[in-house]
Amino acid sequence: MDYGNNRFPRTPYILIAIGVALFLTGSYFGLFVAPPERYMGEVQRIMYVHVPTAWNALLAITFALVCAIIFLFKGEFKWDARLEASIEVGCLLAFLLCCQGAIWAKPTWGVWWDWDPRLTTTAVLLFAFLGILTLRKFVDDPVKRGVWSSVATIIAYVDVPIVYFSVRWWNSLHQLQSSPETVSSQFYIPLRVNAFAILFLMTGFIMLRARLASLRLAQEVAPPPMLAEEVGETA
Amino acid sequence: MIGALRKELLLQWRTRTQFMAVFIFGATALLLFSFGVGPNAEILRQFSAGFLWLGLLLSSTLTLAESFHSEMENRALEGLLLLPADPRALYYGKALANWIQLTLLGWALVPVMVVLYDAGTNRLPSLLLIIALGAAGLSAPGTLYGAMTAQIRAKQTLLPLLLFPLIVPALLSSVKATSLVILGDPMHALGSWLMLLGAFDAIYWALCGLLYGRVVED
Repeated sequence: MDYGNNRFPRTPYILIAIGVALFLTGSYFGLFVAPPERYMGEVQRIMYVHVPTAWNALLAITFALVCAIIFLFKGEFKWDARLEASIEVGCLLAFLLCCQGAIWAKPTWGVWWDWDPRLTTTAVLLFAFLGILTLRKFVDDPVKRGVWSSVATIIAYVDVPIVYFSVRWWNSLHQLQSSPETVSSQFYIPLRVNAFAILFLMTGFIMLRARLASLRLAQEVAPPPMLAEEVGETA
Repeated sequence: MIGALRKELLLQWRTRTQFMAVFIFGATALLLFSFGVGPNAEILRQFSAGFLWLGLLLSSTLTLAESFHSEMENRALEGLLLLPADPRALYYGKALANWIQLTLLGWALVPVMVVLYDAGTNRLPSLLLIIALGAAGLSAPGTLYGAMTAQIRAKQTLLPLLLFPLIVPALLSSVKATSLVILGDPMHALGSWLMLLGAFDAIYWALCGLLYGRVVED
């Protein structure tokens, strides 16, 4: 593992640049080219960021699950760093998702918050993964931290569909999902472009954050400078 | 596993003052909830199921956090892990003991709920069954997270932080099922909520047992 690699990481910045460019393009199409929706009017345009955010939040959390499983089997710390990065980015996206949902819900449903399955599941998911991030802050032993957060990630991920279905039984109001076949191309071009924009941004952020986590871990497990010198002398 | 269960139950029996303390805590919580709503008997009765489960949930964080307390003294957990036994047996022993304790606690809180909120029911066996199933949903992930958080600082904060979002489906279906039993069930929806609760229990009792070995290993 390349702990000591202090080379400037180029790939994530390129990905973020592509993401920003795509996001500007997609938002231009979404805000100025696509016609307003007949029933919801201009408010509907928030869908061009809302839906891509939702997809990518789920993707980030799913990637966290993959990292957790690989870490439990292989024990390589680069997967632990990726786990931390993807949970953090996933939490950020889930938080944005809740905010966008609230902004959209106020003019459409008349309330900021509604106990709809997807909204509630996102909130539960956000709190569950924030809990895992907090857990990581309190465990000093890197091995325990990695194993425990992997275990907690698997448990929390399994919970997501159960929460979704139980809340759906409990209460439902959300719009049915639309598929590309039912939506005209003027609507789905900005949606697709923004989805890829956020995907690129997310990947770039996760890579940067994972690198940060690796560097922090390297600093954590490195012997203090004095000790390192002594070890160097005796060696 | 039977040995582990016996050890836990013996330990709980010897510390029954602790159980009493948690029960009083739960009863106090039930009393306090009514101040949050005001002395409206009809509304209190409607919310009684939710209050019962929130009271039990708050009490459960005390018992679950406490259940690993004794293992941390004199590093008893390491001693247990040295035994030629599967760590899964230790987990299931502890989880079963926690389940029994939480179920008893829930049953003990029922009379308090009935008196305070006028929430009587004729279907007592169903109510006791729901409490047992809901307590199982709390104790399976609760025991696993208890094992984690007992080993770190700030354990009292972290256990609820990790546990509460996770048990949303169990809480939801328990509350729904309990209020159907108390307020009447015209749509016969009780069965499907019990199914959901049972499914949650089955998934987490299996999954947490599977993952427990990784949590306690060194």
